[in-house]
Formats: sequence, C-alpha cells, structure tokens
Amino acid sequence: MNTATTTSDEQQQEHHDHKPKGIMRWLLTTNHKDIGSLYLMFSFLMFLIGGAMAMIIRAELYQPGLQIVEPNFFNQMTTVHGLIMVFGAVMPAFTGLANWMIPMMIGAPDMALPRLNNWSFWILPMAFTILLSSLFMEGGGPNFGWTFYAPLSTTYAPDSTALFVFAIHIMGISSILGAINVVVTIINMRAPGMTYMKMPLFVWTWLITAFLLIAVMPVLAATVTMVLTDKYFGTSFFAAAGGGDPVLFQHIFWFFGHPEVYIMILPSFGIISAIIPAFSRKKLFGYSSMVYATASIALLSFLVWAHHMFTTGMPVAAELFFMYCTMLISVPTGVKVFNWVATMWRGSLTFETPMLFAIAFIVLFTIGGFSGLMLAITPADFQYHDTYFVVAHFHYVLVTGAIFSIMAAAYYWLPKWTGYMYDERLGKIHFWASVISVNVLFFPMHFLGLAGMPRRVPDYALQFADFNQLVSLGGFAFGLSQLIFLVVVIKCARGGEKAPAKPWEGAEGLEWEMPSPAPYHSHTTPPEIK
Amino acid sequence: MQKIIMISAALGTAVFASSVLGKSSINLTQGVTDISQRVYDLHMTILIICAVIGVVVFGAMFYVILNHRKSKGAQAAQFHESTKVEILWTIIPFFILIGMAIPATSTLIEMEDNSQADITIKVTGSQWKWHYQYFDHDFGFYSLLSTPQDQINNISKKTENYLLEVDKPLVIPINKKVRFLITADDVIHAWWVPAFAVKQDANPGFINEAWTRVNEPGIYRGQCAELCGKDHGFMPIVVRALPQAEYDAWLKGQLNEVAQAQQAEQQALASTMTMEESMVLGEEVYVARCAMCHQVGGEGIPGAFPKIKDSPIALGDVALHIDIVKNGKAATAMQAFASQLTAKELAAVITYERNAWGNDTGDVVQVTDVKEAK
Repeated sequence: MNTATTTSDEQQQEHHDHKPKGIMRWLLTTNHKDIGSLYLMFSFLMFLIGGAMAMIIRAELYQPGLQIVEPNFFNQMTTVHGLIMVFGAVMPAFTGLANWMIPMMIGAPDMALPRLNNWSFWILPMAFTILLSSLFMEGGGPNFGWTFYAPLSTTYAPDSTALFVFAIHIMGISSILGAINVVVTIINMRAPGMTYMKMPLFVWTWLITAFLLIAVMPVLAATVTMVLTDKYFGTSFFAAAGGGDPVLFQHIFWFFGHPEVYIMILPSFGIISAIIPAFSRKKLFGYSSMVYATASIALLSFLVWAHHMFTTGMPVAAELFFMYCTMLISVPTGVKVFNWVATMWRGSLTFETPMLFAIAFIVLFTIGGFSGLMLAITPADFQYHDTYFVVAHFHYVLVTGAIFSIMAAAYYWLPKWTGYMYDERLGKIHFWASVISVNVLFFPMHFLGLAGMPRRVPDYALQFADFNQLVSLGGFAFGLSQLIFLVVVIKCARGGEKAPAKPWEGAEGLEWEMPSPAPYHSHTTPPEIK
Repeated sequence: MQKIIMISAALGTAVFASSVLGKSSINLTQGVTDISQRVYDLHMTILIICAVIGVVVFGAMFYVILNHRKSKGAQAAQFHESTKVEILWTIIPFFILIGMAIPATSTLIEMEDNSQADITIKVTGSQWKWHYQYFDHDFGFYSLLSTPQDQINNISKKTENYLLEVDKPLVIPINKKVRFLITADDVIHAWWVPAFAVKQDANPGFINEAWTRVNEPGIYRGQCAELCGKDHGFMPIVVRALPQAEYDAWLKGQLNEVAQAQQAEQQALASTMTMEESMVLGEEVYVARCAMCHQVGGEGIPGAFPKIKDSPIALGDVALHIDIVKNGKAATAMQAFASQLTAKELAAVITYERNAWGNDTGDVVQVTDVKEAK
C-alpha cells in the first residue's frame, strides 16, 4: 500500500495494466470489468439464441394449423426459450452489470473474490452448451416447459433429461458463486464513509437479490436432483404410485420460482432509481422508503409461491392466505412507482435513450403489475391461469420490465465502459422500434388469454387467428429491432465522440468521478465519500 | 419527439380499434353459471380499479413529461422526501386491496363448496383424451378430438369448431349441481371450461373436486390447460348441457348402447376374424389411437416413442404383444388399452401392427386370444 500512496493513480494503472493478450486475457481474467463484459456479451448472445427460438414459436403460431414444426419440437422451443431467457439472458446480464458497476459504485478496487468470479462466469458457457446440445439428441431436448412439472419431466421425459438437470445444476452453482461474491464485496469492500444508507440503490437491490439467490438456488438444485432420481434411480418423490406427490414438485419449484421472479426484477429497480434522477436532474424521492420497499418485496416473495398453483386443488384456507400475501406485494411495489413519478415531478427532464427506456419501464412494468394483481385474485385466476393472459403478464414484467431496464443500463453506462458516446440517433430508433413492436407483440396476448387461448399450444382454434397474426408480426419486428442495439454497441466500442468522465448532467455516484473509459482497476485508493 | 408519440399513439389506437371491430372477442366470458358471472364481475371490478390507478399515475407522469422538460426551461426542484405523502400512498393502496379482497373471498368460498351435488362425474385426463365416468349410473366413455388430421396439416379447409370438437361430448343436465371428481392417468392435465369458470388440475394419483350448475342449455367448449406433452393442444373438452327431460332420454339411450355393446362383445367371441376384416378395422383404430405417438407409418419418434415397424415386439411373441397393448408398459407413456377399446378392436389393431408396413408375420389375432390373455 505504501507504494500505491506514493505513486499517482495513473502511473499505478500503467503498472497494473499488464494482462495476457488475446483469448488468454479473457480465459484467465480476474478483473471485474473484463468479467462484467464477458457476462454482458454472453447474455446478449443468449438473448439472440432465445429470441431466435421465440421467432420459431411465433412463426408456427402465425396461422392456425401445423406449418413449420412438429408439436414435440414446438414444446422444446417453448421450454428452452424460457430457460435460456431466464438463466442465460436476464440473470447473467444483471450479474454482468453487478460486476462492472458495484466495485466502482462503492469505491472498491475490484470484486472481493476475483478467482471465484472467473469461475462463476466460465462455467456458464459450459452449462448452456450442454443444454443446447441436448436439442440435437435422439428424442430431443427438454420439452416439458421451463417449469418442468413432474411427472412430465420424470417418467414421461425424453432421455436427454439428465443433461437438462446437469445444466441447471451448473447454472445454479454459477449464480450462487456470483451472489456470494456480490454479498462479500458489498459488506467488506465499501470505501470508508460509504455507509449502508449511502449506497446507490443499484447496490442495495443487488445485495438483497444476492441473498435471495443464496436462499433459493439450492432449492432449485434439490428440485432437479429429485427429478433426476425419480427418472433414473427409481425414487418416487413426485409419483403417487410410490407414495410421492406431483403437487409436491410444484410447491418446491415455486418456492424457488417466486423469489426467482424478484431476482430478475429487483436489480431493475436499482437501475431505474439511478437513471430517473439523473435525467430529471433531481435527487431520488424517498431513498430510504425505496430500500425498505425492496426489502419487504424480498421478504414477501417467500410467502406467495402457491399463487402459481391455485388450480392444483389446495384447501380454501391456503388459497386465501396466498391470495392476501400476493395482493400485499402491490403495496411496496406501488411505493416504488409513486417514488419514481415523484422524482420526475418538477424536475428538469431530458429524454436521452436511457431515460426513454426507464420511462417505458415504469409504464409497462406497471401494466405487468396490474395484470399480476388481477392474477392474484384466486377466483379470477381460475379463468386466467395457464392462458395467454399469463404469458402477457410475465412478458410485460420480464421483457418491458427486466430487459428494458438492462437496455437502459447499457445506454446509461456505455460511455463509461467504452470511453465513447453511443450514437444517440440510433439509440432513439432502437427505443421507438422496440417500444412500439413490444406492445404489438404482448398487449394482444391479454385479449387472447381472456378469450380462452391456453398457453404452450402449437395450434389454436380459429377465433384466435387474427390476434395471433398481429402478435407474430409484433414479435418479428421486436426481434429485428434488437439488432439495432447490437449495431449501437459495436459502433460505440469502436469509437465515436469522446465521452467525458460524467456525460450525464444530473448523474450521481462514484462511477462518474472516474475517467471514461474507466481504468482497468477501479478505485485503487479509496475515494472520499461526501 | 412529440410527433413520434402522437403517431405511435394513433397507430396503436388504429390497430386496437381494428382488432376490436373484428370478430375476435377480447374479454373474459360471462359464462352460463352464477359463479362464472360472479367471476366476470370480479374481473371487471379489478380491471376498472387498475385502469383508474393507471390513468392517475400515468397521467401525472405524462403531465411531468410534457411540462417539466429542460427544453422548456424547467428548473429542478430540490425536494426529495415527504413522510406524509409516502405514508399516504402506502395506506391508500392498502384499503383499495381490502376492497378487492372482500368480494374475492366470498366468491372463492362459494366456488369451493362442493357439497350436496345432484350428479357426480369422474373426469380422467390421459395423453391426450378425457374420460367421463357417470358415478350414479356406472357407465363412462372416452372423449377424443374429432378434428381430422388433414385440417391440422392444412390439407383440407378448417371448419368452424377446429380443435374444439370431440367425438363424444360430456352431457350434463341444466339447473343441477354437477360435481366433477378430476384426476389423471399419466401426467398432469387441467380440465377447463371457460363458460363454467371451472379450471381444475387433473393430478395423477389424486382426486380434485369442482362443480358447476349450468343455467342455459347449450354446447360449451374448453381445452386442457396444463402442458401434458406433445398433443397438449389437441385434447379439447366439449360439454352439452341439456334440459332435464332431454338429459334423461340421452341417459336411457346410453345405457341401452352399453347393454348392446356387451352383447356384441359376446357375439364377437364366437366369431372368427379374417385377415382383411382385421386389417381394415385395425388400421382405423391404429390411426385414431396409436398413430399420435407411433406415427402413421409405424416408425415412431426416435428417443421418444418406439417404432412398431420391424420391432421385436410386433414380430415376436404374440402373447407379449397382446400384453403390452392391453396392459400398457409401466413407467412409460404406453397406456393400458384394455379399458379403452373393445376386445374386437384390440384384436384387430394387434393384427394390423403385426402385418402392416412389411411386418409380414401373417398372424391373425382373434377376439378370444385377447379375452383369454391377462
């Protein structure tokens, strides 16, 4: 440390900047920014692969009748699309953002466990290679839905199920390692003076997310292990004939699955809480209530799992309990939305691409929240459950929620990452193309569901034809629009207008006190916290 | 930018309006039972509450977006908290929720009251058909999709009830409390008829309850709602609700048919089937019941469903072949067909499998062979 204090920051970076060239740099890296970039690039690749599967699904559903794929392959597409988007696109994107931003935001030089960090990323491509390769096996890949309900995923599953289980195990290990790293970093490596209640909300939401991950990923691991032993080793956890219960599977799965839903949205809340104040040029309204709201959402997430299972034949008392708890979640979520609007209230607003995505997030995520509240009402859920209404609901919270926030974050921090400003005009085109097509894609799904179209069907009755055609057109347009984003990022990485240390007038946080692009090692001496 | 917003809003409205004006329905059905009407009312209440909250919140937001812009010279205010406001917007939603929870609770309690039923019907889902058993009269039947494969494969024109039609619908009387005992033979299915607001999972090895009391006679259509494998999209539900007198007449006819079928079965035992006769009937049964997994050409789907063409079972011991078709194969998707087909149909389809697609065993399985086998 004594050499660090005598040399200037810049010389020191020069000294530390030696890293292997080419592929070895990326394979061996323990640097939080490199690993963050790897996570982000990987997640975008998965987003494209999962998106291509969605295109196949929408192409088949463009018209009634079977045109392009067999029903069995269709089921593989819906299953793997879901798995890839959840575990391959959204979660790694958030981990990538955490890697890049958390050390910079809390005034730390790097993540606390850099070698672990390297592994938690590099096992991911292995997991997805295994998962994707199972599609080419005889009998095909997983075809039982991303929720893999037993016994469809055990007794009646294809031979490749062992690969599916193994892939999920690896993804789970990766998530747990990543989460442990985030927790250790935030607790131990904050700069002096960075008290918990001074942390940016992105750090707060990720801290809470990481605890959720550590709590529930082992439950997922247990679930897939029971699926494995039921299928291959003759156990009967989920088979009535051996004394088990198929509904037990759903209880365990959703005990993981519901917190998982919040794992995919809490970091978004953090991102939006950074971007809205920056472009409103006004401090975030109600910082501490935002923290408490996040914590209460996280706690409540453990008490609502069975709202996914209202039709499984639960006792009335249980149905009522889970209905009330689920409705309760809308209170802290509402607080967040109101706080964002209050932040914008009497601000001085500008509408750069990150802000556009953040505003679209608030509106469209709230629509997803409304349909979520409707789904919580048990008697109504008997009608909505397993229809396109549910598909519309979770795509509103995951695509226009989680993914829009990730897009907003990418535009917001790209200048810091690359040192160049992105092409604002292209960014706006990307935004408008996305926001229009995404609504053409998902909004009519509400109508389809209410009119009675079940989800996960390769073919449908004639009265659903018009809307399905519209939805498919929206889907193709949304898919193509994401290629604009690829162009923006590649262009921005290769050059352009030089970005200043703080390209956004109203932005706050330690990351903007570093030069752009951010030096290879973050705060090598602890910054001063005001 | 405002222009873009205007254009996109206009576009959105146009798309929306055109679809509304089209023939597609866009809202939940009110259904034909008191319960379904209550569920519809509940749905509309929450929808309207959400819409009002949406208008207020988004209205405030769009007001800010239009008026508090830097380009219009807006200066940012400095406030960033207000305990009073924050408490207010925590508590108000809480009371709105209580307002929603009260009707939801009473509706739910009524829906779950399965007591004092007039008629009990056991509904069993299996890949990919429904079976209805009338408890009070000790008879039952399977109900399968009746849409021809050619319509699904776009060879012939799709008719009005495409994918929502079955060979034999469930028949119930109106104005009677009909209780359903719902279960499954293999994987989880879900029995859903939107017009009754009944959706209940069919769990293998367990029995769920649901009930309905239909107010108007008519034909009501639904579908399996839980992913149950390859042909999940192809196992519809059709219910005919009849006035009591017509229902009684139908029931009488059914019981007669059951008696006749038993007689025919006895007669079949005495007769001998020829190869030609067996192949014709066998092909019919095979296409309707076996081809969805084993494929029309008997080639199966590698890794998922075994082939029958050139398979050791179809070419080997007849007894083993009969055993598998009659009793199914444990821990696989192969069902027991003994209860699903008549002995004559079983004999014919086994003969067909042993002699079609180059499986030239020359075996002709007789009704007695099937009957005598375990």
